[in-house]
Amino acid sequence: MSSPAENRLISAFRFSPAAIISLAIILFWTAIAIIGPWIAPHSPGRIVDFDVFGPMSASFPAGSDYMGRDMLSRIIVGTRYTVGISVTATLIASFVGTFLGLFAAVSGGAVDSVLSRAMDTLISLPSTIFALVIVAGLGSSIPVLIGASAFLYTPGIYRVARAVALTIVVQDFVTAARARGEGKLYIMLREVLPNMLPPVLTDFGVRFVYIMLLISGLGFLGLGVQPPEVDWGTLVYENLAGVGLGAPAAFLPAFCVVSLALAVNLFLDSIGDRAKAGSSEL
Amino acid sequence: MNGKITELILKRIGVMFLTLWLVATLIFIASNLLPGDAATASLGQFATKETVEGLRSALGLDQPPLQRYFSWMAALVQGDAGISLVNKQPVIDQLLGRMSNTLFLAALTTAIAIPVALFIGVTSAIWRGSFYDRLVSGSSVLAMSTPEFMVATLIVFVFAVHLGWLPALANLNAASTLDLMKSLLMPVCVLVFIVVAQMARMIRAALISTLQSSYIEMSTLKGATRNRIVLRHAMPNALAPILNSTALALNSLLSGVVFVEIIFNYPGVARLMVDAVSTRDIPLVQACAMVFCSSYLILVTIADIFAIITNPRLRRGRAH
Amino acid sequence: MSQPFLRIKNLEICVPGAGGKPRPIVQDIELTLEKGQVLALIGESGSGKTTIALSMMGYARSGCSFTKGSVVVDGTNMLDLTFEQRRHLRGNKIAYIPQSAAASFNPAFRLIDQITESARIHGTMTRPEAAAKARALFAELGLPDPDRIGERYPHEVSGGQLQRMIAAMAMLNDPALIILDEPTTALDVTTQIEVLRAFKRMVQNHHATAVYVSHDLAVVAQMADKIAVLKDGTLQEVDETGHLLSSPSAAYTRELLAAAEPHERAKLGDTSSIRPLVEVRDLNAGYGAIKNNTATFPIVHDVSFDIAPGEIVGVIGESGSGKSTLARVLAGIHPASKGRMTIEGEDIGLQGKARSKERRQAVQMVFQMADTALNPAQTIHQLLRRPLDFYDIGDKSRRDARVFELMDLVQIPRSAAGRRPGELSGGQKQRVNLARAVAAEPKLLLCDEVTSALDTIVASSVLNLLTDLRHEFGLAMLFISHDLGTVSAICDQVMVMYRGRIVTKAAPQNLTHPPVSPYTEMLIRSVPQLRPGWLEEAEQGMPALREAVARL
Repeated sequence: MSSPAENRLISAFRFSPAAIISLAIILFWTAIAIIGPWIAPHSPGRIVDFDVFGPMSASFPAGSDYMGRDMLSRIIVGTRYTVGISVTATLIASFVGTFLGLFAAVSGGAVDSVLSRAMDTLISLPSTIFALVIVAGLGSSIPVLIGASAFLYTPGIYRVARAVALTIVVQDFVTAARARGEGKLYIMLREVLPNMLPPVLTDFGVRFVYIMLLISGLGFLGLGVQPPEVDWGTLVYENLAGVGLGAPAAFLPAFCVVSLALAVNLFLDSIGDRAKAGSSEL
Repeated sequence: MNGKITELILKRIGVMFLTLWLVATLIFIASNLLPGDAATASLGQFATKETVEGLRSALGLDQPPLQRYFSWMAALVQGDAGISLVNKQPVIDQLLGRMSNTLFLAALTTAIAIPVALFIGVTSAIWRGSFYDRLVSGSSVLAMSTPEFMVATLIVFVFAVHLGWLPALANLNAASTLDLMKSLLMPVCVLVFIVVAQMARMIRAALISTLQSSYIEMSTLKGATRNRIVLRHAMPNALAPILNSTALALNSLLSGVVFVEIIFNYPGVARLMVDAVSTRDIPLVQACAMVFCSSYLILVTIADIFAIITNPRLRRGRAH
Repeated sequence: MSQPFLRIKNLEICVPGAGGKPRPIVQDIELTLEKGQVLALIGESGSGKTTIALSMMGYARSGCSFTKGSVVVDGTNMLDLTFEQRRHLRGNKIAYIPQSAAASFNPAFRLIDQITESARIHGTMTRPEAAAKARALFAELGLPDPDRIGERYPHEVSGGQLQRMIAAMAMLNDPALIILDEPTTALDVTTQIEVLRAFKRMVQNHHATAVYVSHDLAVVAQMADKIAVLKDGTLQEVDETGHLLSSPSAAYTRELLAAAEPHERAKLGDTSSIRPLVEVRDLNAGYGAIKNNTATFPIVHDVSFDIAPGEIVGVIGESGSGKSTLARVLAGIHPASKGRMTIEGEDIGLQGKARSKERRQAVQMVFQMADTALNPAQTIHQLLRRPLDFYDIGDKSRRDARVFELMDLVQIPRSAAGRRPGELSGGQKQRVNLARAVAAEPKLLLCDEVTSALDTIVASSVLNLLTDLRHEFGLAMLFISHDLGTVSAICDQVMVMYRGRIVTKAAPQNLTHPPVSPYTEMLIRSVPQLRPGWLEEAEQGMPALREAVARL
């Protein structure tokens, strides 16, 4: 027995090559993030090449960095930070945002207006700028990066979740539950939430990309993950001097960001049902 | 223009000021009240207790948080953004010169990006499903998956390093206008690219959702031409969401400008802010953040006011 | 013999089906229409009637495509034309009147600009000429203040007026063919009769050739010379109106006619001597803040009534009459500002939110749209089991068995227990919806327009089920509907609501006997009847009634 949403997911897997390829890329990076430290050919901190900004070669497939360390190992190890921080922050933001949005939609009235007002204020914070303020105030550490990006993207998730929940809350089956005398928690979790899942999951992917770009951007500014730990953005920052030399070290980590972000976006696009109502003539 | 519209606009402006106040408060909280003391940070961990205490009282950090908040806010309202922790100069002096530079960059970008995004968004909505539309959608997904810094570093590598056509750094004191234009070409292009990708996608979506209305089918069945359907029937109704998405897309301009100023060494507020974050020069960070947040808020408010003015349902009151 | 004005031959229209293979939604359609005649396309939802009508403009909604056949209008095959050629005919030679004028007018422009637009598009008239013609059409269609009404925006004009204005838009270029697509379905009956009358006069005055799409046989009987009956995208029969109504040949047409005839269910008889089960007294309700027992925007005023055990009391009224608010108050979803309801002498508590579980259990509501009344994420079993668990009904171990008994009761196969509502038909969903309310073992069942979203034949079977339930359980029912036929068919007593008040309370057979409120009389007269000529007859004396109602 499967719901229409599940059917849609399954048929997307079956028919769209774009979905299959993008899913493969997502799974690839997930696997690297998990097993990275065990498969890295060199210790990421060891200087192994006499050449700095070395080109791609058989012994150093991704070249070497500004100190002559193996880039492949550094990228592999960095995956864990970029993906880990982004996933954790997105999970927190999704959890909080969805729950608050659901709560506001089911409660209505003053609860809804106060919450929505507050979230509207937060949404008018330009994310990169405010992330800089937080880093200035607290210094940069992994918990601060996770907390800051979760905080900045919660309002967006709240908005989507609330909008979706509002369309569900007005439906008769929710009114029927209210008439039956069901409690608020039951209505939220059993009646409304299960029907919100497809858009909320899609939104999870969208926010993951935003958060990953934010984290990488902070890394690029030297305000993200701090050495000796590295993530993809920090790797670009370290090797920025290599741009002038065309060194792979300056570009490859950014390509990793693009590959994962693009895979997530394409995957969402290919499973998203883009119902094209209206006329075919337009 | 009637009373209802005026009332709504005034209300919207009121909301803007309220939001601005809340944003200022959040900036204060995020940069000030949380652990990690600006005095310790600015003097480094080897400073003696006495020097730290001295600086703390000079900065007013020994006062209770609430009092600090109020005096900061009071000063801010009068245009006093405090004293920089690093060079001990008034923050506002450093900010003013930089502000016009950033404003110049942003205005130039916006002036180019809005017409380009409108053109791309509208045409891809008209030819929905065509090769052109898929190309536009594909490129905007690619653009949205690419970090801003990568767009900038790639373009520098290609045009400045590899081809050597353009200078890698922006130089506002260039000898000739041509040199100035050459040095600004890349920064502006990068920003336009980032903003257009967001904006065109949102404009297309807003227009397409309007194209699914019954009155659009009706205009097709009245024999209207494709252009008439989109430009005359759909556009006026899509205007409000388009304006809104235009304003929201400017969020990407604000983050783009940070990376562009850093990579092209452009003397603007964003670079000042990033430097201030590295040195933990809190008053300067706060002031820069306020500049960005308030300009963003003002833009969003202007878009909303336009949407109110152009809303046909408000143009006249209900007759019945 | 010359070519007929409209000839549809072997038409097939497909949508992409599973695996991208085209699936026909309309097939083997053969139709002809002579100039100056009106052809009706009748069928239930999904019968393909609108799809066929739109093919006459060479238009297919998104996803649909013409796969076979031809649609020849006045010598031109509409399916062979380029977009540009079709565009020149649309709104010019062939005009369309949609179901919802409210959605079909562009909210951004004044009505007159939209109505005269087709003259500008096709270059048939100058702007002043077109405006003058539009004003003449407004007057002809009986619109108030025809000289100035066009200056308004769509949201400033009522639904019935908008529907007539969109007809003026269609008539502007004197089209050779007019397609009317359920043009009165969105209207209340008392408004519908006015609009129908205006449309009929217009068609007659202009000797127009028209195609009238509807699901309502009685409406069609007034308008059409010829009726084509459709089911699941295929033609069942085509015949001249009088002949089709008196001697239908297709089985499906007979079914439709039978369902349209009110078929009386067993009634309870006189209940005045029985002690009422439910007593509602002096109920007032509305929206906004409640002060001194009055809401800021009062909707329901001083409603009192009794329901005996096993009795079905009908509430009939048009949109805005307050009938839905009444139901919501009784169901405990919306607070009353004043008044009380007792069941078996016990106060249920209509005001405030604190209604106890036991009292809620006693009153259950069946919602109008089974599509939205059942949580699409839950299985039928979960849906029916929840009231049993929530109200703690019966022994825990027996509850699964009880779910199956309930499914038997409403004639849903037991094998459907694991399915979700999306996998059931409309009628089945409404049965599950009923079963869920019955599962709670209520004393009073509120039925809010439970059959209005269903096709006639399915609706009829749901009504049978309701009648069975009341006999089996002695349930008291409040049956809310806008449809007089349905209400008379199953209710023992009928209350007519108008502007939040009950204006008439009588047994259904007595509704036509004076003294009743002029509103009741108007309502009853407005209900379309199958008999051709009813429309002209019903219009007699209507203006006087309307005035009397306006004075109420």
